[in-house]
Amino acid sequence: MRTRSLAVICVLAGLLTFFLSGPVLGQTIRIGINAEITGDIPKVGEGTKFAAQMWLEDVNAAGGLAVGGKKYKVALVIEDNESKAESAVKAATKMITEDGVLVMVGPQASKQAVPAGGIANNYKTPMITPWSTNPDTTKGRPYVFRACFLDPFQGPVLAKFISSEFKFTKAAVLYDVASDYPKGLAEYFKKAWEELHGKGSVVAYESFTTKDTDFSSQLTKIIKSGAQVLFTPQYYNEVALIVPQAHQLGWKKPIVGSDSWGSAETVTLCGKDCYGLFFSTHYAAAGAKGETKAFIDRYRKKYGYVPDDVAALTWDAMKLVQKAIQDTGGLTGDVKKDRENVRAAMGRIKKFKGITGEMTFSGGGDPSKCAVIVRISDKGQFEFYKSACP
Amino acid sequence: MAYFFQNLVNALQWGSFYALIALGYSMVYSILMLFNFAHGDIFMVGAYIGFGVSTALIGFAAMGAVAMPNWLILVLTILFSMFLTSFVGIIVERVGYRPLRNAPRASAAITGLMIGIILETGNLALMGARRVSFPSLIATATYDLGGVFVTNKKIMIVLVSLLLAVALHQFVRRTKWGMAMRAMAYDPSVVPLMGVPLNRMIALTFALGSALAAAAGILFGVAYPVLDPYMGILFGWKAFVAAILGGRGSVIGATLAGFLLGFTEIFVAMVFPSTLRDLIAYSIILLILTVRPHGFFGEPYSARLRL
Repeated sequence: MRTRSLAVICVLAGLLTFFLSGPVLGQTIRIGINAEITGDIPKVGEGTKFAAQMWLEDVNAAGGLAVGGKKYKVALVIEDNESKAESAVKAATKMITEDGVLVMVGPQASKQAVPAGGIANNYKTPMITPWSTNPDTTKGRPYVFRACFLDPFQGPVLAKFISSEFKFTKAAVLYDVASDYPKGLAEYFKKAWEELHGKGSVVAYESFTTKDTDFSSQLTKIIKSGAQVLFTPQYYNEVALIVPQAHQLGWKKPIVGSDSWGSAETVTLCGKDCYGLFFSTHYAAAGAKGETKAFIDRYRKKYGYVPDDVAALTWDAMKLVQKAIQDTGGLTGDVKKDRENVRAAMGRIKKFKGITGEMTFSGGGDPSKCAVIVRISDKGQFEFYKSACP
Repeated sequence: MAYFFQNLVNALQWGSFYALIALGYSMVYSILMLFNFAHGDIFMVGAYIGFGVSTALIGFAAMGAVAMPNWLILVLTILFSMFLTSFVGIIVERVGYRPLRNAPRASAAITGLMIGIILETGNLALMGARRVSFPSLIATATYDLGGVFVTNKKIMIVLVSLLLAVALHQFVRRTKWGMAMRAMAYDPSVVPLMGVPLNRMIALTFALGSALAAAAGILFGVAYPVLDPYMGILFGWKAFVAAILGGRGSVIGATLAGFLLGFTEIFVAMVFPSTLRDLIAYSIILLILTVRPHGFFGEPYSARLRL
């Protein structure tokens, strides 16, 4: 008797929950955050979480997300992927199949984003990674997007910036032939530069090998070539060797770098030799203006430190997700159909003004966006100089 | 023409480091018939000790205890670091090589490789993976000599290396210790019978070689101020090539071969694409060695070894 009444109560409670939650679930948009909260790079996960929560605050303050004339509540499903590929896959599978998320944001690092992107694509769920730059993350995956640029973009962006900023036509490149990132970027830059200024306009294309410390013969060659600018897409420890050596050999013209320069160590190691030089990156905190500055100030006030590029890119990713959902024109309540609509809307986003630059998706998952050009100030700080577009 | 001389200047600086390190290799080899493969890492340790000493001296001077101009700090750094690093060499010999002195030669060579790994990873554990920047003790002054750019640092590096090589040569030729070392290179089994303390002489050899490596390390820090725990490996191998090329056991040979190696690397990059630099440079060295297998100043094993 007692068991039966208990069973009845349970069924009733279940039914009640079902009826109550049905409309509520229908009204709530769930967004998955697949973040590296523990493991090797916890700071990345922290920035992701904080930026996403700040975005949610805004949505809640506005009384929900307006889609097709209706306001929806938004809930974040935050899962820790422990900075591991298999945990990222597990978290992605869970939030897609059990939590019924509409969109997944993250993982950040390519190690996690590449496998998790496979899951998202298989389940036909749109995913956007703010920070992963590996081409494989989005390659052949119509459901996977990213909020940052890739090196095939960065090369042309830099070539165009140098051409328009300095009106130079002859460039030199110095890169590490044994490292994938500098080698790839050097090639993209050369191709873009020669498209702008004709064949042979890269007057010196010199290389070295990882761990080399003396670049005097390469630099002497570069100086003799009559190049007007030196492009070197190297990491900060090599930058600290290349730049002073160039100056000691009599080079007085500009030296330009890429996002690998964006470490706090660059100036510590390089010193005054690096002052006044330019490099491209995703975002610059010092000297930021407008919405970027507003974001930085708000984040710093709330969490006590200046947000890094991960946080800024996550903020933009959340805004992209918001726009894509709103662009669908209305949710059907069928999560599969809605995911398809959001994916289609995301791929159509044009001229989206993010705090890390303007983004346009044309079919694929990689945005064509402007890079931020940073100038190392006379106090050794990374200052926003201008944005440079493809 | 300016282009040629610029590369000549570049090569002089680059060769200086090979020469200084090759001297240490050469000395140990001539006495023990042993390639001390840890020598490149002693160069690294010397650079880090130099970093520590100079940082301490700068701090000391900044506290106002003693007013020291920067050039004095640099001189003191070189001297202190050479002194301290010579003990590292002595310890390496005492712990790593002496127990194996009568073991097969391969065991001793492998021990050297292991000591190298211990020094590298020990440094990594101690200092962390962060790169260290060597303090800039003297301001760089660049002189434009008709299109050839020379810095005060370059001049200093070349002069100090030559000075140390000459000093070593004089030591080996003119002193009693030097004579004992030469005698040991000639026949290590008879020398103890003449009353020469064998162990102490071997320790002295290691101390001298390590002190030179430390000087190279600090000069390196002056020219290329980014230090990392693995900086000694490739450099050590290349200096080892120079020691062979110079003729095992020859001070003059090691110095000349060190400079020659620097010249080859720089001038190959001047003529060919820099990607091919080491490929062509070391093919040339290989060819030289096939013609002169004992190096420039070396003699066949059976003949006496010079020092």
